[in-house]
Amino acid sequence: MRRRIVASPGAWIVWGLVAIFFVGLAGVIGSVVVNSFGVRWFDTWLPEAYTVDWYGQAWKDFTLLPVLTVTLVVCLLVAVISVLVGVPAAYVLARRKFPGSRLLYLLFLLPILMPPITYGIPLATVLYKYGLAGHLSGVVLANLVPSVPFVILTMTPFIEQIDPAVERAARMCGARTRHVFTSILAPLLVPGILAASILVVVRTVGMFELTFLTAGPDSQTLVVALFYSMSAAGIRAQQSVDAMAVIYCVMMLTLLVVALRFVNPTQLVARVKEDPE
Amino acid sequence: MTAPTLAVRHRLAERGIDPQLLLLVPATVFVVALFVYPFCYGIAVSLQPAQGGALAAYRTFFSDAYQRDTITTTLAIALPAALFNVLAAVPIAYRMRGRFRGKRLLTTVLVVPITLGTVLTAEGLLNFLGPTGWFNRVLIFLKVTDQPVTLTHNYWGVFFSLIITGFPFAFLLVLSYLSGIDPSLERAAATLGAGWVQRFFRITLPLLAPGLATTFCLTFVLAFSVFPSAILVGDPSGSTRVISIAAYEAAYVRYDYAGASAAAIVMGAVELLVISVVLGLRSLLYTGSTAGGKG
Repeated sequence: MRRRIVASPGAWIVWGLVAIFFVGLAGVIGSVVVNSFGVRWFDTWLPEAYTVDWYGQAWKDFTLLPVLTVTLVVCLLVAVISVLVGVPAAYVLARRKFPGSRLLYLLFLLPILMPPITYGIPLATVLYKYGLAGHLSGVVLANLVPSVPFVILTMTPFIEQIDPAVERAARMCGARTRHVFTSILAPLLVPGILAASILVVVRTVGMFELTFLTAGPDSQTLVVALFYSMSAAGIRAQQSVDAMAVIYCVMMLTLLVVALRFVNPTQLVARVKEDPE
Repeated sequence: MTAPTLAVRHRLAERGIDPQLLLLVPATVFVVALFVYPFCYGIAVSLQPAQGGALAAYRTFFSDAYQRDTITTTLAIALPAALFNVLAAVPIAYRMRGRFRGKRLLTTVLVVPITLGTVLTAEGLLNFLGPTGWFNRVLIFLKVTDQPVTLTHNYWGVFFSLIITGFPFAFLLVLSYLSGIDPSLERAAATLGAGWVQRFFRITLPLLAPGLATTFCLTFVLAFSVFPSAILVGDPSGSTRVISIAAYEAAYVRYDYAGASAAAIVMGAVELLVISVVLGLRSLLYTGSTAGGKG
């Protein structure tokens, strides 16, 4: 028997809403992409002619090479440091109960719950006071504030999955904590660490507020450069701003595709157990 | 090692304290130095304005209508946006909680806007919803309006940007909560003759409500910290002058650090207030196992 194709009115409304959302999303991304390839686009459905010159111009005008280098360096440093600092803490929080562990967990949760601007402004003031802001170091330090707790929160379920008996066996054979970490836990945790660090990179590339508040002229990441070129509209051709937006978009999507090879989409926003069906 | 220290170590270890906890030190130092210390420093700075008493910065903030109204402006944007995102996510996630072909693709596509971030969304909205954008062209083509509808550089631009980034987030969270509810509970209700309205309102919704409260809080945090889109697609000196713009202006335009810290702390306080009200209401709800059982 063929499946019923006619759906209930409720289903029509739901699928209609989803369709409207996707059409809107496609329009938002599509108009940026089309505009970045258009020679001139004014009051018509599509541009009159197409070109790729805006990309060359954006590359030159916005000095994208240093900006991209800064973005990559910041992301790598933030990912490496937050994994090195966060994973041991996640290990203890996942395995141990001790007085104050709930309080400590709350402390690690707060930087993720607060809007970046609220702690970003005092943080930037402190970093300027010690002469750290305005350089790469300040940007990295500011981005570490939400990243370290994020690594702790994403790594905890990965660590909980590892059977403690493996560690106990290693300890029986005389391994110290350092050895347990390097030869038992690290190899087992590689997928989790990869997932966490890719998510940190995605978040850091997209993190606008903290970088905006602490970056100097030579330590801007791509989002901040994009924001400046947009808010100074009229100086540059709109198309070259859009070309830069497309470059940003492509970078994000590449990272996303890589990330989704390691993580389940719902894991990007929440800790979920896979449904056991 | 002498006997007494060994005994102390034993007793501490029994309560869960031993040298392994030292692994927590780097992360704790990080959070304290880069989060707690700046926060306390900000509070201290906000209490030491250039002139006036200890509370002068706060008094200025609350007595100046241009500053004070940013609180209501922010809430007027963030609360409806967060509420809409959660309420729209529920029926859609409810419809999609089962397994069907293309579910993984759909959730993957929904992750895209979360990662695009507000700056790119703002740029796209300016092009798409602008007076000569595709959206207005379609409306004019379909003879819905003669004049282009103004949807950018006002409240609606910011609202739409919050929906594009916030809705997928809310949807994925609600979906994950929904898939945690055992479907056999609903099947049992159906066997006893409950229609879908009864099943949804008497079985699923009560189990989902705590998750919805959490989702609302997280979406609200995202919407509350709206900053780039309020400047780019909004009307940053008027209807979308949110509190983060007030804080930013105080710090980087007027160099009034006391005022900026005061605004940032007021912002944090308002946000925590809303979250604690929601979480307080949440504690009144049932929060137990959502798995079926023989109980």
